[in-house]
Amino acid sequence: MFPKPIEKQPRAAQISYQALLPIALLLWLGPLLAVALFSVKPAADFTNANYWGMPSSFEGAFNYGQVFFNSDMPRYLLNSFLITVPTVIGAVALSCMTGFALGIYKFKSNLWIFFMFVAGNFVPFQILMVPVRDLTLELGLYNTKTGLVLFHIAFQTGFCTLFMRNFIRALPFELIEAARVEGISEWRIFWYVVLPLMKPAIAALSVLIFTFIWNDYFWAVVLTQGAESQPVTAGITSFNAQFRAAYQLMSAGSIVAALPPVAMFFLMQKHFIAGLTLGAVK
Amino acid sequence: MTAVVDTPEQESWFHRNQQRIAPWLFLAPGLLFFMVYVIIPVFQSFNLSLYEWDGLGAAEYVGMRNYEDLYWEWVDRDAFYISLKNNLIWLVLYLAAIPAGLFIALFLNQTVWGIRLYKSLFFFPFVISQVVVGLVFTWFYDPTFGLLNEFLGLFGMGPLNVLGDERFVTYGIIFAGLWPQTAYCMILYLTGLNAVDPEQIEAGRLDGAKGGRMLWHIILPQLRPATFIAFVVTIIGALRSFDLISIMTQGGPFGSSRVLAYYMFEVALSEYGFRMGYGAAIAVILFLIMLCFIAYFLWSMYREEKGH
Repeated sequence: MFPKPIEKQPRAAQISYQALLPIALLLWLGPLLAVALFSVKPAADFTNANYWGMPSSFEGAFNYGQVFFNSDMPRYLLNSFLITVPTVIGAVALSCMTGFALGIYKFKSNLWIFFMFVAGNFVPFQILMVPVRDLTLELGLYNTKTGLVLFHIAFQTGFCTLFMRNFIRALPFELIEAARVEGISEWRIFWYVVLPLMKPAIAALSVLIFTFIWNDYFWAVVLTQGAESQPVTAGITSFNAQFRAAYQLMSAGSIVAALPPVAMFFLMQKHFIAGLTLGAVK
Repeated sequence: MTAVVDTPEQESWFHRNQQRIAPWLFLAPGLLFFMVYVIIPVFQSFNLSLYEWDGLGAAEYVGMRNYEDLYWEWVDRDAFYISLKNNLIWLVLYLAAIPAGLFIALFLNQTVWGIRLYKSLFFFPFVISQVVVGLVFTWFYDPTFGLLNEFLGLFGMGPLNVLGDERFVTYGIIFAGLWPQTAYCMILYLTGLNAVDPEQIEAGRLDGAKGGRMLWHIILPQLRPATFIAFVVTIIGALRSFDLISIMTQGGPFGSSRVLAYYMFEVALSEYGFRMGYGAAIAVILFLIMLCFIAYFLWSMYREEKGH
């Protein structure tokens, strides 16, 4: 292990390390903690310029209540879920198949198709912006959740294919050969042999895509407008316009908007990190 | 979705060719989606960049004029020049996330009580959306009450209006962006450090290597895959920077914090007008810059594939 385990070092080093950890963490999360502090302050504290002192009264319940019951925030949150969940399902389903095709079969254009998915995944959004917006308009899906979902599924398929294909590559190929000798059809091999083995990859990808899509802002701005279809990342700007200068409410709103992927991360931490670090270790 | 049809003669034909046809059937839906929404639009944008179009009426073919206009903006050190320059600053400074992430990973790579929670909390900034990161840092920099100025005030300095000052604004936004990006690199390195071969470390210790030398000669070579991925995601992240700029400054003050990604959006889809062709031309330039890196990534992957 590197650096040298702290247990093997002098007592003083151990104590200072233990003391340093929380301090470092406080500094690291400082800006975020500040927002959390803002979100429980009463409005009066801001007019009295009591920004960083103790809250003169604890108004957390009131502020968050305002966010949930007196703004479009619940609407935006619901939209975000209705955009994120179908995207996750769609992208994972499509990429299980593309990953299987590229990971198992040997055919001429295999590597080229794979590279096309990888390259497409890296292009700047702006080069897709105008044509995708036009296409969505033509399909009559501008300013709908469906329009956003369809695009997200398509785009995420690039990254998901990269992920799935590499995962399937690492599976024992003998299993598939054995199944073929038994005369099992390719579809059944996919469904009964490979898919059950892909569960960890599916879990990892789902958490990852959930976070990516939840946090998307660019496409939300390009393809939607207004509270009926905008997700929370785009909605928060209208929210902030509505509560201009009400820092306690803007802070509470930001925290609410940030929470679902955070919860997802803490609940599914193992899968999340497995997904992110795929390929970082050999 | 089941491709197997159960009529006898078809099944026998399918059986004979099954392994040739199956991959295409599995690829079809994903490939179709990806073609329609990603690959074809890239070419459409290339084409569109030769037109002048307001998004509603008829498009007018103007040849290379959009690019000529960009050239003149470059010569006049106008918006395009500023955006490109800022993109370069982003690219270079964003790479700081890699050593910073490594540093935090080394700091946290211990087995004391509660360390797992610490690691998760350090990773936190990556999980929250850039929109929220942008808001958080806008308040952090706020000249009247921001934490930064409270801190500077302790030393009798400030107040500093980071986001309102042309000299600092881009650096301020990049610093905000480095926060989640460093967390990302940290987690890549933490996983990499887990897999470092303990025997090599022992051997190194016996040879008297420690500290920096150990890191450089024994640890870092084993972290190569993590470094590669950190490099890829950081470059892509730097060139994709849009959310933070849009939230924190909207390209201001006086357009001094624009990057190509934001400038393109502004030209094509904001209240300043709907110049789709001109926007497409900017997007093409951004794409070509990205293409250099994409080609390099693919080349690395290709070598790896052939190596196996």
